[in-house]
Amino acid sequence: MSESKHLLRVENLRKSFGDNLVLKDVSFTMDKGETKVIIGPSGTGKSTLLTCINQLVKPDSGTIYLKDINVTQAENMNKIRQRIGFVFQDFGLFNHLSAMRNVMIGPIKVQKMSKEDAKNLAYEELKRVGLLEHADKYPAQLSGGQKQRVGIARALAMQPELILFDEPTSALDPELIGEVLAVMKDLAENRMTMLIVTHEMGFARTVSDEIIFMEGGVIVEQGPPEKLFKSPEHKRTGEFLFKLTELYGEGER
Amino acid sequence: MTIEITFLTLSLGMLIAVPVSFGQVYGPKWGRFLIGIYEKVFRSIPGIVILFLIYYGLPHAGIKMSPFWACIIGLGLRSGAYQSQIFRGAIQSIESTQMRASRSLGMTKMQGFIDVIFPQAFRVALPPWANEFTIVLKDSSFAYALGVTELLRQGGYIIATTYEPMLIYLTIAVIYFIITFTLNKSLAALETKLTIPGFDIREKIK
Repeated sequence: MSESKHLLRVENLRKSFGDNLVLKDVSFTMDKGETKVIIGPSGTGKSTLLTCINQLVKPDSGTIYLKDINVTQAENMNKIRQRIGFVFQDFGLFNHLSAMRNVMIGPIKVQKMSKEDAKNLAYEELKRVGLLEHADKYPAQLSGGQKQRVGIARALAMQPELILFDEPTSALDPELIGEVLAVMKDLAENRMTMLIVTHEMGFARTVSDEIIFMEGGVIVEQGPPEKLFKSPEHKRTGEFLFKLTELYGEGER
Repeated sequence: MTIEITFLTLSLGMLIAVPVSFGQVYGPKWGRFLIGIYEKVFRSIPGIVILFLIYYGLPHAGIKMSPFWACIIGLGLRSGAYQSQIFRGAIQSIESTQMRASRSLGMTKMQGFIDVIFPQAFRVALPPWANEFTIVLKDSSFAYALGVTELLRQGGYIIATTYEPMLIYLTIAVIYFIITFTLNKSLAALETKLTIPGFDIREKIK
């Protein structure tokens, strides 16, 4: 297999939990520098798809390639997870560590970086997400938006080739969503490869290169945002987008 | 001697309890099964029976040891079973995203446990662990039964020469109390010192 043009290639992914078939035959690709947004009603396997990509959940069948490595058959998954960042809906910050140490721990423990270097790196990443003045605070002392930005900085510190975002703003108060989306938008403009599950239509529309609409465990339609919003091929896509836009607004975030 | 027994017992117990609790939460099925047997057996047998089994029973299987070490091993195994339950509860009280986040950074299960889960679980476990400490301290008097010269037996020797049982036993009680009291105080201080800023468990319960 020398088809290594794509950064990420997901083929015929299937996953069920008990009798519940969550993903039926999902395939798509991502290129370096692309931002793709996955949308769809809840319970359609969007989050499961993300956790399958970094193998926090093992798919039943199908293959996932990161460049030319078959992730589904990887011997050392820990090595591969270092290359795939993950941002959680409920942040998942380490409660007993300061923001700074949260960002440092990955490079130190996993990449065996020296404390000194890790500190400098964490400093840069926290600066990037605009949280330098909160570096010594603990997660419980930060607002939701700040926590999520630390979460993004923590993922960035590993220098990942791809970052997966699992509804990064769904647990946030409305007025805090903007600061997180601004950081993500900035990343997109710097050509970080990102796969994002979100309901933020304004963000999807303005920032993403492509939108993937999922329902019932399959990809119903995917394409550039303008096409999906203006002339979707499937009626269902149009209905869903209309509903979400009505709910969340078109927003030019 | 009493203090020596208490500390060795607690240390042995902790040495057993931490890996056991890790196994019980994250281990494979057969591991959890074996651990379950250990933990249930040692929590159901009275301490004194465990000591007699080890000191008088094991020599029949060719394993002989001094009363002191029989006591440490017996009480340590028992305390390990209790402590493993303290730690298991504490580990399970840590939200699962913590482990998922550790894994997502590329940590192994072990790294996630050592660097992320355990430091948090330890803080949760500290108050019940302090309680276990006082239990072990008092259980150290079981060593009396094997002829180890711990606090109680020493008291007995003194009584034999002074004929003042009330006074001596009261003194022994006071010594137990003082040890327990000071250690509980220092563990409470440690608890306060380890409190994560902004993340105060006591505050949550109020």
